[in-house]
Amino acid sequence: MEPLMAVVIGILYATAIYMMLRRSIVKLVIGLMLLSNAANLLIFTSAGMTRGAPPLIPEGASEPLRQVADPLPQALVLTAIVIAFGVLSFAVVLIRRAYEIVKADDLDKMKDTDT
Amino acid sequence: MRPEVALPILIPLMAGATSLLFWRLRLAQRLLAVGGTGALLLTSLWLLHSVSRDGILVMQMGDWPAPFGISLVADLFGAIMVVLTGIIGFAVALYSLATIGRGHEAFGYFPLMHLLLAGVAGAFLTGDIFNLYVWFEVMLVASFALLILGSEKAQMEGAIKYVTLNLLSSVIFLSAVGLLYGMVGTLNMADIAQRLSQVEESGMIDVLAVMFMVAFGIKAAAFPLFFWLPASYHTPPVAVSALFAGLLTKVGVYALFRVFTLIFHQNPGYTHEILVWGAGLTMLSGVLGAAAQYEFRRILSFHIVSQIGYMILGLALFTPLALIGGVFYIMHHIIVKTNLFLVSGFVNRLRGSYDLKKLGGLYRTHPWLAILFLIPALSLAGMPPLSGFFAKFIVIRAGIEAEAYGVTFIALLVGLLTLYSMIKIWAEVFWKSPPEPGENEPELAPVSQREMWQLYAPIVGLALCTVFIGLNGQPIYELASASADQLLDPTRYIDAVMSDSGEVAP
Repeated sequence: MEPLMAVVIGILYATAIYMMLRRSIVKLVIGLMLLSNAANLLIFTSAGMTRGAPPLIPEGASEPLRQVADPLPQALVLTAIVIAFGVLSFAVVLIRRAYEIVKADDLDKMKDTDT
Repeated sequence: MRPEVALPILIPLMAGATSLLFWRLRLAQRLLAVGGTGALLLTSLWLLHSVSRDGILVMQMGDWPAPFGISLVADLFGAIMVVLTGIIGFAVALYSLATIGRGHEAFGYFPLMHLLLAGVAGAFLTGDIFNLYVWFEVMLVASFALLILGSEKAQMEGAIKYVTLNLLSSVIFLSAVGLLYGMVGTLNMADIAQRLSQVEESGMIDVLAVMFMVAFGIKAAAFPLFFWLPASYHTPPVAVSALFAGLLTKVGVYALFRVFTLIFHQNPGYTHEILVWGAGLTMLSGVLGAAAQYEFRRILSFHIVSQIGYMILGLALFTPLALIGGVFYIMHHIIVKTNLFLVSGFVNRLRGSYDLKKLGGLYRTHPWLAILFLIPALSLAGMPPLSGFFAKFIVIRAGIEAEAYGVTFIALLVGLLTLYSMIKIWAEVFWKSPPEPGENEPELAPVSQREMWQLYAPIVGLALCTVFIGLNGQPIYELASASADQLLDPTRYIDAVMSDSGEVAP
């Protein structure tokens, strides 16, 4: 499973960087979305994947009886997803407003602040 | 129970939430802005006092013992940064009363300001690396919204660059945290430091160190990743610029200091060498960028970049004296840079422009403002007896002692060029005779007595801080020295966090 995930993550990062290097601001935001998803998958994979062993402690015991999956990476990914969702919705609104004001979808036309 | 460790985060959060409740009551929001930031300043002083008396303070959230729960840790360096946050927050809140228009206030300027302060204070106090990421995001989201309040064309263009680069750095940071967790299986920074010293593969540690360096380097606006800063910092209302200039990049610098003194200090020959050259190029590119500019706030923005270089140099040399210099430089820089932005806003209020070519003759009409500009400007360039002299002196002396002559030469040269930029502003804005008024200049409302007070009070207060640091160098030096001692000896931080297993509930 891990090699497959590694390949998927690599493709996601590469696609994201490629999209961010385009001039269109819509593609820029798509790149950001892919990038945050790639990071989430990376956390999930690098922390180790365990199949079919939920981290449950049987009644009466004080610790799990066998090797279980680590629940923490899932909590981290959940937090990161929520944050990325908020930030990306902001980015979508931002490019819409920017398009309305600048009247262009092209980053090369946004040079007023670079003089 | 030490409430002062958590209060600097809780107070701005509560003040922000309460301001949201008073969405339509402008007066209540304004009172809360001053009251909330004032309370933040007082508790931060309380925190600094307790930390310097009792050593590193630790608070375990929810009473979960150290590696399992989230720890809040206040060492001297963190406490100093929180005090600076309080000072800047209070000054900017006062200044906002006069400069933030009704339109911006109606769209939630004050709640966002509190949220930003909460994020900054949280980043300074947390002892958990994933929690640091969360506080970074709290701070970033607030800063995104503050940056585009008013939605002018320049703001939108600046914001796209700012948002993209900062999100990129957050993702790199998050990926590095994920890989780090995969390696050591913990998120508590003290615990990471402990376990990382037992890890065999040092190559992987170096990779992680460089990932953290890039992530925080973007946030700190270090070379070669600084270009988002001068593209965006001059676009929002000036109170927002001042708040950003004082605090945001310094959170990146703080994170660099924390991570490279506590966690990644195994292979300083490699990582710190990169930092030395990064610091030198940051100083040089920032100051040369500023030399070409003729817009008040853009000159100041480029100087933020060049000053960041000095702080990173303090970390990169990694000797006791250099770290003292780095901490001292941060204290000096935050106050001075915010003050310069506040002065630029005052000039804009009087003459309606930030363009140096359209300004002039302010020394004749407002001599006091001219003096108040000179204090931070000369301090920034490193003139004795102001705060910048001692800050530069310590860093440069540390450079000579470490025999890093190339980068020390750059530091001296950049000091000279900074002086050139400041003199340029002085000559253009205050000294030369005002240019002929153009055809359709908008009439500016005269500044009322009350506005005058709200504008002058923070500028005078911050200028007094600069003079105080300059004339009182010794106690401030000792404070910086004590905090550098703590930074250089990570076992004290680790012991404080790991031995404090939380108080057992009765």
